[in-house]
Amino acid sequence: MNLDMTIFHQAFFEEAADLLAELETQLLRLEEAPNDSELLNTIFRCAHSIKGGSATFGFTDIAHFTHGLETLLDRLRNGQAHVSSELTQLLLESLDQLKSLLAVARGEAASAPNSDPLIARIDAAIADSEGQKPTIASPPVEQVVPDEVQRYVFRFVPNRDVLRQGSDPILMLRNLFEMVDEINVRCDTSNIPALTNFDPEACYVSWEVEFTSQHPMSELLEPFEFVSDDCEVSLTAVAGYWQGDAAQQVACEVASVAQAVVTDVAAAAIVTSPAPEPTVTAAAKMETHTLRVSTDKIDKLINLVGELVINQSMLNEVVQHFEISSLPRLLEAVAAMERASRELQERVMAVRMLPIKHAFGRFPRLVRDLAATCHKKIDLKTTGEETELDKSVIEMIADPLTHLVRNSIDHGLETPEERVACGKPEVGVVSLNAFHEGGNIVVEVSDDGRGLDKDRIYRKAVDRGLISESDPMPPDDVLHNYIFHPGFSTAAKVTDLSGRGVGMDIVKQAVQGLGGAISLSSTPGQGSRFRIRLPLTMAILEGLSLRVGDEVYILPLTSIIESIRPKQGDVRVVAGQTEVALVRGDVLPILRLYQFFGVEPIVSEPTRGLLVIVENDGRKIALLVDELIGQSQVVIKSLESNYRKVDGIAGATILGDGRVALIIDVPGLYRNVMPAQAIMTAAA
Amino acid sequence: MNSNQVDPVNIQAGSTADNGQYLTFSLGDEEYGVDILKVQEIKGFVPTTRIPNSPHEVRGVLNLRGTIVPIVDLRRKFNLEPVEYDQFTCIVVVVVQERVMGMIVDSVSEVMNIPSADIQPPPDFGNGLVGNMLRGMARTGDKLIILLDIDAVLLGDSAGMAMAA
Repeated sequence: MNLDMTIFHQAFFEEAADLLAELETQLLRLEEAPNDSELLNTIFRCAHSIKGGSATFGFTDIAHFTHGLETLLDRLRNGQAHVSSELTQLLLESLDQLKSLLAVARGEAASAPNSDPLIARIDAAIADSEGQKPTIASPPVEQVVPDEVQRYVFRFVPNRDVLRQGSDPILMLRNLFEMVDEINVRCDTSNIPALTNFDPEACYVSWEVEFTSQHPMSELLEPFEFVSDDCEVSLTAVAGYWQGDAAQQVACEVASVAQAVVTDVAAAAIVTSPAPEPTVTAAAKMETHTLRVSTDKIDKLINLVGELVINQSMLNEVVQHFEISSLPRLLEAVAAMERASRELQERVMAVRMLPIKHAFGRFPRLVRDLAATCHKKIDLKTTGEETELDKSVIEMIADPLTHLVRNSIDHGLETPEERVACGKPEVGVVSLNAFHEGGNIVVEVSDDGRGLDKDRIYRKAVDRGLISESDPMPPDDVLHNYIFHPGFSTAAKVTDLSGRGVGMDIVKQAVQGLGGAISLSSTPGQGSRFRIRLPLTMAILEGLSLRVGDEVYILPLTSIIESIRPKQGDVRVVAGQTEVALVRGDVLPILRLYQFFGVEPIVSEPTRGLLVIVENDGRKIALLVDELIGQSQVVIKSLESNYRKVDGIAGATILGDGRVALIIDVPGLYRNVMPAQAIMTAAA
Repeated sequence: MNSNQVDPVNIQAGSTADNGQYLTFSLGDEEYGVDILKVQEIKGFVPTTRIPNSPHEVRGVLNLRGTIVPIVDLRRKFNLEPVEYDQFTCIVVVVVQERVMGMIVDSVSEVMNIPSADIQPPPDFGNGLVGNMLRGMARTGDKLIILLDIDAVLLGDSAGMAMAA
């Protein structure tokens, strides 16, 4: 049988990535609660599952590496070893190593750092834990010195449903038999019923096996680990074949010599082991192309589809025997259909939504590592982790967020001494917040550090020729925006983390690429706050359809403030060319959409059309349109995939009648219109 | 994608014996042909949605079963006199460099086998852009068919969509 294993590989990679993320979270928690046995068990289970999966799919180096790790974790949870900061560091490094090994297995990285130094360190830690063994009050029975041959009686009564659950008792026994000698098996077949009552998928037999083995009990029981909950599995040691004391002593000596060698190797390895930093970032960047969806969401979908089918048959029935008297029923059925399909659409979109904790998940580790390298004390606070965002947005926002967090830690937070001198608590706080606001998701990265140095930004802006020296100090928000200029860094010294001046502009680009916006507020001495506003989803948009000439355009609802029909005196012409509208004291530049889009106008008089007032980045403009048609949700289709980027157009969508309508790109309008208009507004 | 493209050098040398299949259509007084393997489908003319500030030859975009497809009017592209669209006007949907595009032609004629021996290289137009858009001329019976290099026509230097690449 030639199975294509690659399809299973993908599943394994995803599962392993999930497990590693879980492992990372738990390890970081372990640092805070070193004695939490539940935590240790969870960590052990993660490592065990990775080992099992990698062995099954033939990634032997991963399995081999994880095996050592698993042994160490096993010692930890049995209380034979104790959690220390070195040990957590070792575990975290092992985690990084696993990530790079997985990247290699996925074919994303050419090679991983050699695992041997880490394996040696893990072995050393295991050996250490053996040295600690005497301190344990009552060593459990299974802690037999490995080289000792022991006689056992093993009883295995599988659950009747064991085969249905996908386990194979024979395979388990075979695994066991590989580790043992002098096997004597008795199979109990007395429970097999008469053929009439026989269920071919049930397991009716049980086994009793006597054997000798030099493996410890825990290892012998390993093949049965997954069924031990619902099957009867018992292993008892019986008297016989004890080896002499002398032999035991030799074994111990061998062990201690081995340990000494291992420690030496480990010491050498620590010096030579390369920094795993680059591989970590590579691994973190991986993008998954499949989606795990909670069954809850799927069940709701299935219910809805069922409803839709019922609606449809209702509709059929009404239409087939249609008389004018049944019109109300028809309308009702159509309305029900509409409700169901709209809800279905919402739910299908929800399938793509993931909680933002997927993006936040990497930060505890990042902050921990950065705190160590910067010698700062940092507390990371996250709120709103359950806020849901489109999967692609989450994937793409992770890197900009990382940059902002690094920036806050490196530039924002002071050293503990400086903080104490300023009268602040020694531990700096970096917070990540996510929440809904209007039709958007807002993600905030803030710190309680020193805040932006306005003088330095001003000087830098003058240096770079962005403003001239004679200009007065611009207002805060203008000044703050300079840090998003390419190549703009005010860090006094370039550090490992940031300060090279690349980054903030890339962050801004990335956020804008997602259809979002970034802004910044900062108070000297109290910290700064970056605020990223993102659309809920990139695939669907709540829009207002409007008519310009004889063409229909869609305007995203989120950018619309209001729409008005101006009175005669409300429209003025400034300097004989630029039109402005007076709206409740505000002077807003007017953009005639028909002019911008080159449409043959039907309404060219503002007082006979409508002004739709839109806002972007806090600036408002009034768009002149012929009329508003209505509000609807539209599916965004790309113009670029087959055509190209068009100025002022964000994309296209398909209307109810099958025709294409273009979606207006409001920030794009500003880019194209504002340079000329801004001068005018300043003059006004 | 380019594997089916006939190598122009070999056409000139007349060394490929392969028969190429071409979809022919008429535009003004001439017959044109495009490699059938580039053609995705042919549909009757339907109104398109204009794209603001687009090149003259790009008529607009069309919803083709959920995909937004730009439509190029070949008459405009070749600077021919505009005509009224009628029941023979067709949109030939082609796939060039993984992009789906449509071109408006006067009418679609047939699918023709043209042995590469019958294809002559395009005459020398000097350095003009016309020569770049042609793959050759084929003579079948008394008809002369102009074979277009559709990639160059739709995405070449002079094409309105070249900026996108």
